Amino acid sequence: MFGKLSFYIKDFDWFIFLLALSIAVVGVVEIHSATQYNKGDRFYVKQIYWIILGLIMMVVAMSIDYHTLVENVPYFYVVAVLALISVLIMGHRVSGSKSWISVGGTSAGQPSEFVKIAVVLALARFLCEIRTEYLTAGEILKGSCIVGLPVFLVLLQPDLGSALTFVPIAMVGFFLAGLKPKWIVLFAILSVLVVGLGWYNLKVYQKERIYTFLEPERDPLGAGYHSIQSKIAVGSGGLWGKGIGEGSQTKLGFLPERHTDFIFSVVAEELGFLGAATVLCLYFFIVTRSINIALTARDKLGIYIVLGAVSVILFHILINIGMVVGFMPITGIPLPLLSYGGSSILSTFIFLGLIINVRMRRYVY
Amino acid sequence: MDLKEFYEDKKFVHSRIPIVRAAAISVFLILMVGIWNLQLLRNKHYVELAERNRIRSTPLAAPRGKILDRNGQILVDNRPSFTLVVMRDNLPSIENSLDLLATGLKLDKGFLQSQFEKYRNLPSYLPIILKEDINKEDLSFIKSHRLELPGLEEITFPRRSYPERQLAAHLLGYVGEISEKQLASEEFDYSKPGDIVGKAGVERVYNQILTGIDGQKKVVVDSRGKEVAVLDSVEPVVGNDLRLTIDLDIQRAAERAFGDKAGAAIALDPRTGEILALVSRPAFDPNSFASRISKKEWDELINDPKNPMQNRAIQSRFPPGSVFKIFMTIAGLQEGILTADYTDYCTGSTVMYGRVFHCMKKEGHGRVNLNQAIVHSCNVFFYHLGQKLGIDKIAYYAQGMGLGQKTGVDLPGEDTGLMPSSAWKKRVLKADWYAGETISVAIGQGYVSLTPIQTARAFGGLALGGILKTPHTVSYDELGHWRQKPKAEIETRFELNEETVETVTRGLWGVVNEWGTGHRAAVPGFDVCGKTGTSQVVAKDVKISAESKDEFGDNAWFVGFAPRLSAEIAAAVFVEHGGHGGDAAAPIVHEMFQVYYDKKTKSKEPHQLSMTQEEGLPRVN
Repeated sequence: MFGKLSFYIKDFDWFIFLLALSIAVVGVVEIHSATQYNKGDRFYVKQIYWIILGLIMMVVAMSIDYHTLVENVPYFYVVAVLALISVLIMGHRVSGSKSWISVGGTSAGQPSEFVKIAVVLALARFLCEIRTEYLTAGEILKGSCIVGLPVFLVLLQPDLGSALTFVPIAMVGFFLAGLKPKWIVLFAILSVLVVGLGWYNLKVYQKERIYTFLEPERDPLGAGYHSIQSKIAVGSGGLWGKGIGEGSQTKLGFLPERHTDFIFSVVAEELGFLGAATVLCLYFFIVTRSINIALTARDKLGIYIVLGAVSVILFHILINIGMVVGFMPITGIPLPLLSYGGSSILSTFIFLGLIINVRMRRYVY
Repeated sequence: MDLKEFYEDKKFVHSRIPIVRAAAISVFLILMVGIWNLQLLRNKHYVELAERNRIRSTPLAAPRGKILDRNGQILVDNRPSFTLVVMRDNLPSIENSLDLLATGLKLDKGFLQSQFEKYRNLPSYLPIILKEDINKEDLSFIKSHRLELPGLEEITFPRRSYPERQLAAHLLGYVGEISEKQLASEEFDYSKPGDIVGKAGVERVYNQILTGIDGQKKVVVDSRGKEVAVLDSVEPVVGNDLRLTIDLDIQRAAERAFGDKAGAAIALDPRTGEILALVSRPAFDPNSFASRISKKEWDELINDPKNPMQNRAIQSRFPPGSVFKIFMTIAGLQEGILTADYTDYCTGSTVMYGRVFHCMKKEGHGRVNLNQAIVHSCNVFFYHLGQKLGIDKIAYYAQGMGLGQKTGVDLPGEDTGLMPSSAWKKRVLKADWYAGETISVAIGQGYVSLTPIQTARAFGGLALGGILKTPHTVSYDELGHWRQKPKAEIETRFELNEETVETVTRGLWGVVNEWGTGHRAAVPGFDVCGKTGTSQVVAKDVKISAESKDEFGDNAWFVGFAPRLSAEIAAAVFVEHGGHGGDAAAPIVHEMFQVYYDKKTKSKEPHQLSMTQEEGLPRVN
């Protein structure tokens, strides 16, 4: 028992843990700052509870050998798919799409965040069983189906942004397993076609978001408002920032969704370039540390799990902060560890738990 | 299946990890460039945008200066008023409550809808004006419905107030939002769109003196436009108070004497040209312009057949009737045709140029000298005089006395009146002058028509021996105080012989004091001089005003000055359809002169004022 505990203390990745915790703490501070004038919900207190629960989930996720987890992945996957179907049937709408499940009248979370975990594990299992270099057409098709089924269900909600976050899991997984150049070309052509066809199936508000992304000033008080106000918040933060609780864009309510999707704008406005760059570096260290863990992983399964998790976290960072600085269109994708929200916090800590899990079992005993 | 037992070659996968790492690094580089660009390179731009978001400057309207009478009594003031507006960010909820708003504020629902519609394309920080100058009931309605009607706010605004309402309305004028035309004119080059400026009368002419300097309030607002804090505020500077030459007591007396009759009255000091009173009836209430006047109200005023907006004292011309005989006399005396002992014989009518011309007295005045002709207003005497003088000599002297010309008064829109001559007829009507037409002019009928103000100036000028002071509402001292110069010459001279002045004045004194036609203008001890006039309503007028019996009546004039030897006050009163000048117009002049005389004598005996105040109380000293 003592030996077990020393295993936890010695091989636990304190580095990733501390990085993640610092980001989460910054998140709590800025959520408090962003919602200090809100009446009712005290979001930062709730966020602390989510973080505590997230840390517990992280410990759980790292404690069970990832091989054991992967052995049971068919169950996870089936449960995940059923959850997505149940969302479609009885989920309630939050800003235009059915992606929330409510339990007893209160929002219990977005299952698609957790479905990603099942998909990462399922794809890792599928890919590590392939012995040959480079994927065959059949293998690509099978792999695509594993990722594609939940993506399809999420698209039905319809939640384009969340659906997109599944794509990098497949991309990174296929790339690691080996994609011949012709497949890369084919995927490129296919994605162009999908974008073209998909355009006609987009809802008006989705098209509007894309138009507005391309030219936010065309409707400064309407659809372009979010993007413009976010850029103003970030830009006016300057080098040093306006100070915690002092961001005028945040405090006076010009910044929309400020404790969730646009939390990074708040960070940038109040903590300035120094703060925003520091947070970016913390993320960067988590990601590079995780990639190093992948390099030292005991087996291919570990590599696939770690890099699958990294791809999800990295993609969220890219889309969310890209949106905040005006590089990306407005989507409802949260920033891991920083944005307010239970599902996002829990799933991120579970992913980190899986990464630590692989690190802890890097030696063959 | 035991996953741990696989033999694996990880080389291939490992070879690809650096590419994943490179991709991750580039993601962070891109994002770093993003914040670098916004926060460091374009920081200034975004700080400015954030400030513009946050800070709103609202103008604080400066109250206009007060307008005072010559003794410092208030003629025009300001009062604070509340305007009810709605902030646009709360629109959807309030637009659903239009019924409640309409009934609670006693507004038309259609008006509210059109108001919301009107503002739809305007910048959203402009609040929608729902109701101006709200009263206590409206205020308590708003207070009790704050929750149901979010975004309602009251804005204070200094509003022009005319406590005496219609009193001197035409002279004082009114204010309103500056028009495009005014903005473009040089006169208003110091104004900006949206300013409240004078639109008529003194308010307009002396707008620059009266206008204050608007202040500004910088406030922090939140994204819904709600004021969060005041950053900085520059208090508005109140406009200068302007003292007029008007004497409120004389003005009141004239207004009261007019009753509900139509017409005009003007009193001035012939020694300076300072206007002491100016009445035009019917009048309007300038208070109704102080807030945005409704289109309906405006149309009613503009299209009123009685024309209440017209300043009849300076903007209307009327045939002077017998008043004109004084100018005939001046011409006759100056030309040497008349002398003090000249006589004529009146049989009640005379035939000239194949037409019968009647006197006022059917049976005739018999033998009349010049004085009797003036006192009893004998037409026949002046028919003959007119024939002897001819139109051009008459015109020369009449124009010399300022008739048919603008006086240059400091009020907008003055009319010239008309003093015809043969040259005028040739030029304007392209016809020769008929000698018979001179006969009508001789008794102030025919083409001749005068404005009350030029008639009053001419009589005052006569009393001063031919020095015509330009009438004005603001004394030259006061103007100098505000570093402004009079816009017109301060006087015109048309020297008259001493005997002419003496003879005419003697006649005018007789009209009032020797039981002549103007005896009702008399003020005991004040030696009032004057002349009545009664002119027939021109035939074309009859058609328009057939509805009212009143309007068939003759127009009544009385023009005069006092005292006889050193005139201090001159006045002209014109009463539309008032009947005989001696009955309708002379009493009004009497009222004005009486008040003037009372004030003058009182000020010489300062004790009298306190005595009347303490009437019935035992005097201590």
